[in-house]
Amino acid sequence: MTDISAQTEALGGLLTRDRIVRWAPVLVLVALVLLFPFFEFLADLVEGKEHVYLLDSRFFSIRNGARIGIAATPALMVAVGATFIIIMGSIDLSMEGTISVCAVLFAFAFLGWGGTLASWAWLAIPLALVVGALLGFVNGMIHVRLKIPSFMASLAMGFVGTGLALLLTGGDRLRVEDELFRSLLTVRWLNFPIMCYVALAFLLLAWFIQSHTALGRNFYAVGGGEQLAQSSGLNVARVRIMGFTLAGIFFAVGALLAVGRIGIAETATGNNFMFVSITAVVVGGTALWGGIGGVWNTLVGVLIVNVINNGMVVIGLPPYVQDGVLGTLVILAVALSTNRKSVTFVK
Amino acid sequence: MYALNKVDKHFPGVHALKAVDFQVGRGEIVGLVGENGAGKSTLMKIIYGAYQPDGGSITIDGTTMRFQNPRQAMNHGIGMVFQEQSLITNLTVMENIFLGYEQQFVKFGIVDWRAMAKAARHQLTKVKLDVDPAAVTSQLSFAQRQLVELAKVLTLEERIDGDLVILLDEPTSVLAKEEVELLFQLVRDLAKRASFIFVSHRIDEVLELSDRIYVMKDGAVVDVVTRDEADVDDIQHKMVGREIDKEYYREQKQAPYAADAPLIRFDNVSVDNRYRDISFDLHRGEVLCLVGTEGSGREAILRTIFGLETPTSGAVTIKGEQVTRFTAMAGVARGVGYVPRERKVEGIVNGMNVFENMTLSQLNKYSDLGVLRVGDEKEMAKDWVDRLAIKTPDIRKDCGGLSGGNQQKVVLAKWRSGGSDIILLDHPTRGLDIGAKEDVYEMVREMNDAGVGIVLVADTLEEAIGLSHTIIVIKDGEFQKRFDGTPGAKPSLYDLVHHMI
Repeated sequence: MTDISAQTEALGGLLTRDRIVRWAPVLVLVALVLLFPFFEFLADLVEGKEHVYLLDSRFFSIRNGARIGIAATPALMVAVGATFIIIMGSIDLSMEGTISVCAVLFAFAFLGWGGTLASWAWLAIPLALVVGALLGFVNGMIHVRLKIPSFMASLAMGFVGTGLALLLTGGDRLRVEDELFRSLLTVRWLNFPIMCYVALAFLLLAWFIQSHTALGRNFYAVGGGEQLAQSSGLNVARVRIMGFTLAGIFFAVGALLAVGRIGIAETATGNNFMFVSITAVVVGGTALWGGIGGVWNTLVGVLIVNVINNGMVVIGLPPYVQDGVLGTLVILAVALSTNRKSVTFVK
Repeated sequence: MYALNKVDKHFPGVHALKAVDFQVGRGEIVGLVGENGAGKSTLMKIIYGAYQPDGGSITIDGTTMRFQNPRQAMNHGIGMVFQEQSLITNLTVMENIFLGYEQQFVKFGIVDWRAMAKAARHQLTKVKLDVDPAAVTSQLSFAQRQLVELAKVLTLEERIDGDLVILLDEPTSVLAKEEVELLFQLVRDLAKRASFIFVSHRIDEVLELSDRIYVMKDGAVVDVVTRDEADVDDIQHKMVGREIDKEYYREQKQAPYAADAPLIRFDNVSVDNRYRDISFDLHRGEVLCLVGTEGSGREAILRTIFGLETPTSGAVTIKGEQVTRFTAMAGVARGVGYVPRERKVEGIVNGMNVFENMTLSQLNKYSDLGVLRVGDEKEMAKDWVDRLAIKTPDIRKDCGGLSGGNQQKVVLAKWRSGGSDIILLDHPTRGLDIGAKEDVYEMVREMNDAGVGIVLVADTLEEAIGLSHTIIVIKDGEFQKRFDGTPGAKPSLYDLVHHMI
């Protein structure tokens, strides 16, 4: 397994192609973090203002770090869910629909059962997770039992989810204004809101699943060699279905954090998560054909995507440039990690 | 006309061709026979340009040639009719015939289908095949497809100046008897237009068709005979004749097996289109070898034991219980371990390290409620790395980076550590160097001593004879003969070959 954290070899070794590819995401992240303050520095230099590099930067500040953290946490949860699927060599595109359904059902239940975490309404949280798991399970069943390619099965399920959410809300926005729930955003420890710590906890959980459970090991086995996994006696179908179910749960966590961040649940809650999360997974260095990568890669990927988004706002680039930059980044990331000598045909 | 002069070819650890001389005259039909692994296919690949020789030269009419790829060879009149048919089945017959050479029918970017059909019909008459050129290839029978393939190669006649050499690789293996007759008749007629190289493991067919026959063994041509002086027995002896080294196969360590309660009992088992009415017993401490040519059904029998194929009739009993569920999962649970031929595809997971590969089939033994005990895994892996002398710097090393022999040991450790006592070995020494082979033979004996029963599909006949307690010869999916392999009473290569082909 090659997750970034598990590097036991000394760094003093040769700069092999493998090693460069493996560490490229981290290098890119560091470079970006240093690059944006440099632009600020240049801008102030032109205007003749006094500016000490990094120290006077608006981008390179704790306040902005927290801003990036807040923006990144829901996407991180979604991307972590997608990571498991991509490690298996499949893909899950159902996140937008799943998030909308989870967010909307959560809001209905939460508001209906008391409207504050201090009442029975807290049950809406496990409910949302169960709904996410259920959607993921159905997704996996469709993919495995009907033998529909995962991208098609999940894309279709995503549309079903979006439609369902719209049907439930009738296009309305549900406001979740409970102070206790919103403390996810409003209460800060060490400058970072609670939601960042919640996300960190789930990231650690995901890492534990990835590296310390049979299920996690099986994801890598299926992605690295499905035929072999089967002839080692693995129930590959079951592993796949459990993978999609697990991803569904992480999508639901992402939905809860997204609602906590803006205090609104609606059909549009799920918008944009597909592109951002898949981009993050791929940019982080998890291979699209499976078997390589992990949740730490995804953390780096999510940070890269959000640093770019945030940094471009700070230096004043228009938002439509951002998508173009991200798209280019995906192509670069995949091109870098593909060994074209061993791949003859691509479908 | 066409000649190979002292052609040499090396692969890592293998000297595949040793100074091979080979000539084809104009209008001649040349036969090429040899065991699996004798170097036939390497030689063919050099002829049609897929490999380049390391030494020696290729000459056509005295001019030295060097082909970088099959297309260059084709442009000099060398065509190949593949054993695994190379037609694209969802395209039409004419599209297949002119695949890659459609340009001649294109005007202003548009394909003139009528002209292509006409040209295709012309090619098809050469092979006396009357099918619609616009028919989709998948609708044709195997025999018809073979002829289309031949027609495709014969387009060279119009395209190039000079003589044609056409390779036929096991062209009869999928044909019925009367179809074979038709093909032979056709080849004899076509010999006016082209020379043929006919490769087959059916010696009688090679004798019937060829003017001259090259016999290969261990990468060298051991004899060239003309049809008139050829003799089936004589050729068979030359194909295999070699003394077996008893030390090499650890024959002195071959102990009798336990003849009571069999591990596996096959009772008239059949799988449609693979094999029919196969019966045998496998006992503890026994090596049972299935011998036959490629496609004779031996691999399918292994796959049935493991649970990857479901019998259409007959009963499989494993350890006294009749098997009803044929899945790999159930097979593993019954204690069957499968060491497949394609290590890279089915043996080890690339990207997973040594201990992860070893525990892959037994994760529930190393986990509580799904949480892995990585410490235990590593301990077990270290133990087996020592026991099998697996050369790896670290049990955290990616298995894909180990040598073939060590990968094979990891696969064996996976099954042995999981307590499997029926091990299926499919070409366990393929692609290994001599030292690694001996390691595998040593492990076979050790497993026998530990009461493990082994079903083997060997890489060579010598290996089959040297290792086995029992040999079962299979031909075209049918049982031929059972040989006893007790040291001192082992059958000779010739005995086996005689029943195989």
